[in-house]
Amino acid sequence: MAAPVFKNPVIRWIDHRLPIFSYLHHEAYEYPTPKNLNYWWNFGSLAGFMLIVMIVTGLILAMQYTPHVDHAFNSVERIMRDVNWGWLLRYLHMNGASMFFIVVYIHIFRGLYFGSYKAPRELLWQLGVLIYLLMMATAFMGYVLPWGQMSFWGATVITNLFSAVPVIGDDIVTLLWGGFSVDNPTLNRMFALHFLLPFVILAVVIVHIMALHRFGSNNPLGIDTKGQQDTIPFHPYYTVKDMFGLGIFMMFYAFWVFWAPNALGDPVNYELANPLSTPEHIVPEWYYLPFYAILRSIPDKLLGVVAMFASILILFVLPWLDRSPVRAGTFRPVFKWFFWILVFDCVVLMFCGKYAPESYWMPFTFEIVDADTFTARVAEVSGMPHDQALNAVGEMWGVNAASGNFGIKIVRLGQLGTLYYFAYFLIVLPLLSIFETPRQVPLSISKPVLGGGKRVAHATAKSMEKA
Amino acid sequence: MSKRRIALAVVTAIAGLAAVGIVAANPVHHAEVHTQSWSFNGFFGSFDQAQLKRGHVIYKDVCAGCHSMNLLAYRDLQDIGYTEDEVKAFAAEVQVQDGPNDAGEMFERPGRPSDQFKAPFPNEQAARAGNNGALPPDLSLMAKSRAGAGFLGHDGADYIYSLMTLYKDPPAGVTVPEGMHYNEAFKGHQIAMPPPLSDGDVTLDEQAKDIAAFLTWAAEGNLEERHRTGIKAILFLVIFTLLVYAVKRKVWANVH
Repeated sequence: MAAPVFKNPVIRWIDHRLPIFSYLHHEAYEYPTPKNLNYWWNFGSLAGFMLIVMIVTGLILAMQYTPHVDHAFNSVERIMRDVNWGWLLRYLHMNGASMFFIVVYIHIFRGLYFGSYKAPRELLWQLGVLIYLLMMATAFMGYVLPWGQMSFWGATVITNLFSAVPVIGDDIVTLLWGGFSVDNPTLNRMFALHFLLPFVILAVVIVHIMALHRFGSNNPLGIDTKGQQDTIPFHPYYTVKDMFGLGIFMMFYAFWVFWAPNALGDPVNYELANPLSTPEHIVPEWYYLPFYAILRSIPDKLLGVVAMFASILILFVLPWLDRSPVRAGTFRPVFKWFFWILVFDCVVLMFCGKYAPESYWMPFTFEIVDADTFTARVAEVSGMPHDQALNAVGEMWGVNAASGNFGIKIVRLGQLGTLYYFAYFLIVLPLLSIFETPRQVPLSISKPVLGGGKRVAHATAKSMEKA
Repeated sequence: MSKRRIALAVVTAIAGLAAVGIVAANPVHHAEVHTQSWSFNGFFGSFDQAQLKRGHVIYKDVCAGCHSMNLLAYRDLQDIGYTEDEVKAFAAEVQVQDGPNDAGEMFERPGRPSDQFKAPFPNEQAARAGNNGALPPDLSLMAKSRAGAGFLGHDGADYIYSLMTLYKDPPAGVTVPEGMHYNEAFKGHQIAMPPPLSDGDVTLDEQAKDIAAFLTWAAEGNLEERHRTGIKAILFLVIFTLLVYAVKRKVWANVH
């Protein structure tokens, strides 16, 4: 593309010596973007927006926060009570983490559905997975900082996972703790890393965008752009569309910040960390719940940890597991079903991560009850003595569907969920690549539109399928 | 296609709502929580200052005998409608240790508005020794650190109200150890705290509401400012979003 001619002489002078204005013009203004992107494509820029919000609010919070076990909790409360607008900063940051994950999860599932991970965008996808991993680490460390009960016990549970590593496990844990238990050195390193990692994320995001701009965005049809008739310049088309999406998203964000700022967090974290008193349920923040469920699904500690990490690392090799030449799920009649089951599966896993593994979920009465209560109910309804009822309840399912006392043990449900999660990537996608007959994909982005409306692509595809 | 799209949107919305529900839903309750209607809930919710003042009196006369409230200072009481002089008088009721003075000695002086609420016990051991071995928790954040029955706010006020009102005689077959009390709102139903409130000139029910409201204010004094700011933010965002949408329609009008 031709370098733009800037009217402002100062900009012209600078640009001649350091072409950043030309670069920006090229990458953020005229950058050719498929013209058919739908609103699912808003979430990339929203994620970028959230990263900036987190860095800015976090920086100002760090000016007021004290990373010391004796002062951390109270310094956060001081921010809430005595610092001007401190409560707003802190609620923006705390709920911002949840918003960031919501946006990124939608962004990831959009990529999964429309095949954005496929050639030539494999590296782009892998960089995204790396960003996600860094986000998980950053959020975990940030959660430790207020030094509440869940901060402390969450940190204890998660750092202890590394002790499962053979031979050097205990040494790793000692290194993470900076001692022999979660204590002041742990808090200090968490703070240092929580400050550092967002900038690492920012760097990877820049590389992510560089990789994106190499081939441009994927699009809802999952086909390559064939020329100028298929694209529009990024500005003003997508800048204004992203702004609109941002407005809607900010209202959602504002709802949580101003009217339910603590709803997404655990109330127990408003109690000061106490190493001598373990909370009844140690539950991670919602965005980790599916992985927590996978961890707990495997009885063996090491294998559980391996499965948990594998559930994310598997995304790195996804481009080579799904060999189907068609990107967009829209044109893959069978894939579509498995994809939506995966979405549902992740919700189920989240559910399993939230509740105690030995409790029972009773789908007919919408209750979650602990094993004792469940056994008692079975005994009551069936008239069995308690021991016998205990056997009937067993390890798997509860009994007596007729009375509404059917229950599924949470850990078993989590195992089914885990099984499907891995099967989706390791079995379903490779097999679909071989056996699925995709619908016919439109020739180009503009063609179906020129042919009389957006529906045509699909209509043609349908008749082809029957033939 | 459009039908299918709607179906898809519905499925997505249900999955999303289910997810939010799971996240925001409360953990399994073995304890009762009775939901009340509070003036501070809702989009325009604000505190009832008269109620907070009544709650403050209950706190001072009843709770403060055993429970600390370390995160609040006397000056904070101006927020609930006390004058500066009244706050000074409250603070001056207690003796606070200060120092060292020029002679290097610690000394006692009357409290000032900038002092934190004076704790009833000097340390945890003293608090336990004075309460049969049980530690009365600090009340600064009680309303935020307990889950109520509410969906979005955790509604600790409901929990506090329930705890105050659900002292009962233990059911047949349940024995409560010496020094413990039976309370349906408390996890495990056995609580060391004796029933702190009882019917008097004001009913137990009213007192329980007042103290729950006061503790909610203590935990979340910025609630009213938060709601007001939120309304402004949403108004701004609605106008902003509508304007951007209009611009978007115009910009995209020629794209086919």
